[in-house]
Amino acid sequence: MSEPAPAIVVRDLVKRFGAFAAVDHVSLSVARGEVFGFLGPNGCGKSTTIRMICGLLGPTSGSIEVAGLDVRTHAEQIRARVGYVAQFFNLYRDLTVYENLTFYGGVYGVPRAELRSRVEHWCERLDLSRYGRVLSGELSTGVQRSLALAAAVLHEPAVLLLDEPTSGVDPIARRAFFDVIGELADGGTSILVTTHVMDEADRCGRLALMDRGKLVAEGTPSEIRAMGGTDIWQVSADPPSRALTLAEQHPGVDAPALFGTRLQFRVSDGTTAVAVAQWLRDQGVTCDEPRPVRATIEHAFLQLLRRDDGDNE
Amino acid sequence: MQAVSVTGLSRHYGTTRAVDDVSFEVASGEIFGIVGPDGAGKTTLMRLLAGIVTPTSGGAMVAGCDVVADPEAVKQRIGYLSQVFSLYRDLTIGENIDFVADLYSEDLVRAGEAKARMLAMTGLAPFVDRQAGRLSGGMKQKLGLMCALIHRPTVLLLDEPTTGVDPLSRRDFWRILADLPSQGVTIVLSSPYMDEASRCHRLALMDHGRVLAVGSAAELAARVSGQMVEVVTPDPRGALRVLEGLPGLLSATPFGDALHVRLDGDDAVARVSAVLAGAGVVFSEARPAEASLEDAFIDLVGRGETA
Repeated sequence: MSEPAPAIVVRDLVKRFGAFAAVDHVSLSVARGEVFGFLGPNGCGKSTTIRMICGLLGPTSGSIEVAGLDVRTHAEQIRARVGYVAQFFNLYRDLTVYENLTFYGGVYGVPRAELRSRVEHWCERLDLSRYGRVLSGELSTGVQRSLALAAAVLHEPAVLLLDEPTSGVDPIARRAFFDVIGELADGGTSILVTTHVMDEADRCGRLALMDRGKLVAEGTPSEIRAMGGTDIWQVSADPPSRALTLAEQHPGVDAPALFGTRLQFRVSDGTTAVAVAQWLRDQGVTCDEPRPVRATIEHAFLQLLRRDDGDNE
Repeated sequence: MQAVSVTGLSRHYGTTRAVDDVSFEVASGEIFGIVGPDGAGKTTLMRLLAGIVTPTSGGAMVAGCDVVADPEAVKQRIGYLSQVFSLYRDLTIGENIDFVADLYSEDLVRAGEAKARMLAMTGLAPFVDRQAGRLSGGMKQKLGLMCALIHRPTVLLLDEPTTGVDPLSRRDFWRILADLPSQGVTIVLSSPYMDEASRCHRLALMDHGRVLAVGSAAELAARVSGQMVEVVTPDPRGALRVLEGLPGLLSATPFGDALHVRLDGDDAVARVSAVLAGAGVVFSEARPAEASLEDAFIDLVGRGETA
């Protein structure tokens, strides 16, 4: 691979469905060998953007370059350099693991002389060998995800697009999945991945947060966490649900949430965490001294997408 | 008082032990999580507790009823939300709730009051006439929750309730759950997500049909072996390659701008720093870190530890 960086350049991308702007003037770039995380609530336009980058959907306006080629004029060439794992398992359920991989390798033009060794390599790497002769429809969700990834990388694409690749997958399988993604990135593959799982977002080199068709934040995981604010506190409270209800009524307390018996909240407008804790005690809640909490990607996500109406549909 | 009491519960399918000699208790008003990898037996366990699947051996008391002797009574006392959306897509939100209330022979006036209260609580009141098939994933989950609560169960069983649901909808869903314990509802839920598990009062870690450990998120994280070190570096994967083969290395996971290392023995920070500096890896900081629930999960499942 000798493409100049960056591998994906999206400029001022717009996609309208009637009057609705699903993607509204989005620009982003993904460097060669970068793992780029794409976050946002359901319906925010992430999947639409990915489908346009794949060339499956035409933009209303704006431009997309993949591996130095314009998606509008070079759709066929680009398809050969892009691997795509869709949100839902879309390989043939009535074919075995080996049959699916051989089929997709053929479709993507993997040289026959190399196909067998690549299938074996990826089956080995993704722990699929023992399922080689099992029908794909009978595999668990986690194994299906690994199979979909194997099918998407057989042709050694320069760019890999993953749409919620680990939805419903357990932590061990997810960690292994991201280990493989990291190795691909080390080899120069550029990866764009969408996820709702915030600890997964932490494993990306850079993140963008999309909301209602627009990019609202972009940066490294540390930079995004910093946007989540610093004034986050935690107390152990009993009874917790009463502490939550009270905290919601206290002026200057934002985004209170329960984690088991621990209550987390932000403070603003001159309120202090100590004052909030004392007020909870005054109301008959048992609670300890507040401890500061380091902001997570999820804190940042919820902070940046604040909704006052409580309805995000 | 125990809302759920599980004793030596097993369910075998042929030679597969989907649930294998499981015992635990859930106190009234607790939010109890069952976490484990794909195929650990979480869903089978939930179905056993719901009285839908009959145990091969052992038993469980749920909401005061015996799942073996009287599974029908269990079904009257519990609410169950399965992984797959199972309401009528061509009925509206309001019609679905009325239908379920009718199935449970709920008093019309009382069901009407409960419906109004839950519509307000979930914020779905403006959408009461929308067909269920046309709802977003987060709204469907809320509707499923309302239908599971209409007959005022004392135990609510939720099987992976927020898989594929975004963080905003997940936050709303948990806000609704938070009020249920004080209304006398005990919640048992399964989840593959650690951030969700950390919202439960207590957890059972499950793998290969067995419960490996039970405790609060903090208690489970404290059981992780070795010392955690967080290395802040622009090149986590480079740092990983250097540390591979370090004696006592238990795990190393690269993140976007950090590497999390778990090391056996003392002076973990000093040893990691020395190796990285010696290899010329650029890092701004190496500091002791707290183990996460995910670290605990991976450690305990890896060791196959029994509680």
